[in-house]
Amino acid sequence: MTKTLKFFTAFTLSLLLLTLFFGMIAAFAFLYPEFYNRYLPFYQLRPMHVSAALFWIISGAATGLLFFKKNVFGTKETKSEKAFVWIWVATILTIFGFYSLKKFGGREYWEFPPFLCFPIFIAWIFLMYSFFSGWKKSFKNPPLYVWMWATGLIFFLLTFTEQNLYQIPWFRQSFLREMTIQWKSNGAMVGAWNQMIYGTSLYIMSRLLGDGSIARSKKAYTFYFIGVVNLMINWGHHVYNLPATSFVRHLAYAVSMTEWIVFIAICIDFKNKISQARKYRYLFTHRFIMHAEFWAYLNLGLALMMSIPAINRYTHGTHITVAHAMGATIGINSMILLGSLGYILKIDRLPERNRKLLNVGFLTVAISLLVFWGALVVAGLLKGYREVWLGMTNFQQMMKPVLTTLHVFAFAGIFLFVGMFTIIWNYFVAIKYWKLGKPNMVESTTKYHVKSTMMEVE
Amino acid sequence: MVFLLFCHLFPPYSVKKILLLTFLFFGCYSGIVYFFCDNKPDAPDTAAQRGWKVWQDKNCQSCHQFYGLGGYMGPDLTNVASQKGPNYMRGIIEHGTGKMPDFHLTKEEVNDVIAFLSWVDKSGQTQVPDSSVHWTGTYIISHK
Repeated sequence: MTKTLKFFTAFTLSLLLLTLFFGMIAAFAFLYPEFYNRYLPFYQLRPMHVSAALFWIISGAATGLLFFKKNVFGTKETKSEKAFVWIWVATILTIFGFYSLKKFGGREYWEFPPFLCFPIFIAWIFLMYSFFSGWKKSFKNPPLYVWMWATGLIFFLLTFTEQNLYQIPWFRQSFLREMTIQWKSNGAMVGAWNQMIYGTSLYIMSRLLGDGSIARSKKAYTFYFIGVVNLMINWGHHVYNLPATSFVRHLAYAVSMTEWIVFIAICIDFKNKISQARKYRYLFTHRFIMHAEFWAYLNLGLALMMSIPAINRYTHGTHITVAHAMGATIGINSMILLGSLGYILKIDRLPERNRKLLNVGFLTVAISLLVFWGALVVAGLLKGYREVWLGMTNFQQMMKPVLTTLHVFAFAGIFLFVGMFTIIWNYFVAIKYWKLGKPNMVESTTKYHVKSTMMEVE
Repeated sequence: MVFLLFCHLFPPYSVKKILLLTFLFFGCYSGIVYFFCDNKPDAPDTAAQRGWKVWQDKNCQSCHQFYGLGGYMGPDLTNVASQKGPNYMRGIIEHGTGKMPDFHLTKEEVNDVIAFLSWVDKSGQTQVPDSSVHWTGTYIISHK
């Protein structure tokens, strides 16, 4: 692990911590705006939370790609990788500087002044150059995860560019066109980083199994293409109620959200094949990825419901959308990324005391995330019922029971932060061991070590 | 099913070809969306354009929504212009409320934001009426 990558891993984990910290405060700012408006208003906290979350996911996906591509392509760290890391980090820090000064100017999810999109674009070009030059030097018939990484890299660039098309006046000549393209790019971009994250997940699975065939099976390729088609079309559920032409709505409804099925199917395969001994050896990596599978099930159910326009009518513009976003970003993406970073940092070889703390953190996150998500679903159902079914028009009256439910969500958020902090703290401990040149710091008394050693002897 | 058949016909070593076709499809579909998603575009005047910029600079989308997209702290403002009128909007934008901070906008900026919200209002209705729900589960929405 190079110095640059160690730094980037630490930076990425810090972004996750910031996401949860700002999210925790923003939840209370939502409930008590009169108090928070004096110090840290919600309109300032929300972009801090959202941008930190976005950059945590994209940076986490990039960390996995930078680390694993060395194993796959057999290349060394390049200058373009370093350029990506430094431009990327400097831009993110600048963005937070602008947020702290209440300087905005962008749009949903990208609320910073638009000129900062330029260095992000340049950094991504460096990352792509590093990846594709490594690929060119190695092999011609790569496994599926390489295709997935490549797809994610290319589509992120395309959708990020599309996200900024509104700078061209023609795109702002129609509000419906502007909204449609904004959510087309936002929706497809989620699919792009999912390709990168699932690619990493597939790579780890094939390594844990010691079976490269799962990344070359026809079934996996079929699901991959279904995922790509979803990436291109299923963003339509964001704009179901826009009075734009109907083909966007009908096509998105038909294609629906089948992308999760790809992931679940591969995970089920993995679960059936993996040997018990290896499960023990990489226990936390395995647990994080398996937990992502659980959340994929939950979110799949919600996503399928939301993809039916007649039901979307009740859920759109409510906290059910937030529940879906949180389930996907924390439950699925963050769990896979924690599994991926854990695999890189060898967290399963940490001393016993750190492993115990990791276990406490994991359980705290698992329980609090479920409560957190459930409260959002109930809040969304309440708003949908009152707004669409009862036809309430007074916003304050409509939101009264919703706000009561959101107190549960806000308090669950505190536990979520504490649990994640415990996990991230131990990841930083693992980074410290890497810095000391001792990545395999296992105490000989740990039961996991004894079991894995016995398996190796057998 | 089409894709299962497609992948059966093209073994994994043809991934490059399929991907190229996919990118071609993405380009074509994007073009169709750009040019045909709104058949009756209504361009904003200069005041509405300035108001749009104020909306972004003050990060109003953090708390408010258009067509259900945005933050959930405040109400959806897609049709606020026709439902509440300019005087109501002016009062809220100029002074804020207990929950909404006072952004200390100039009179011109307030007028621009009202022009912007009035332009958005003309684009359609945020609530899909019962009558637009088709038996297949989709909506049939006629353009305003």
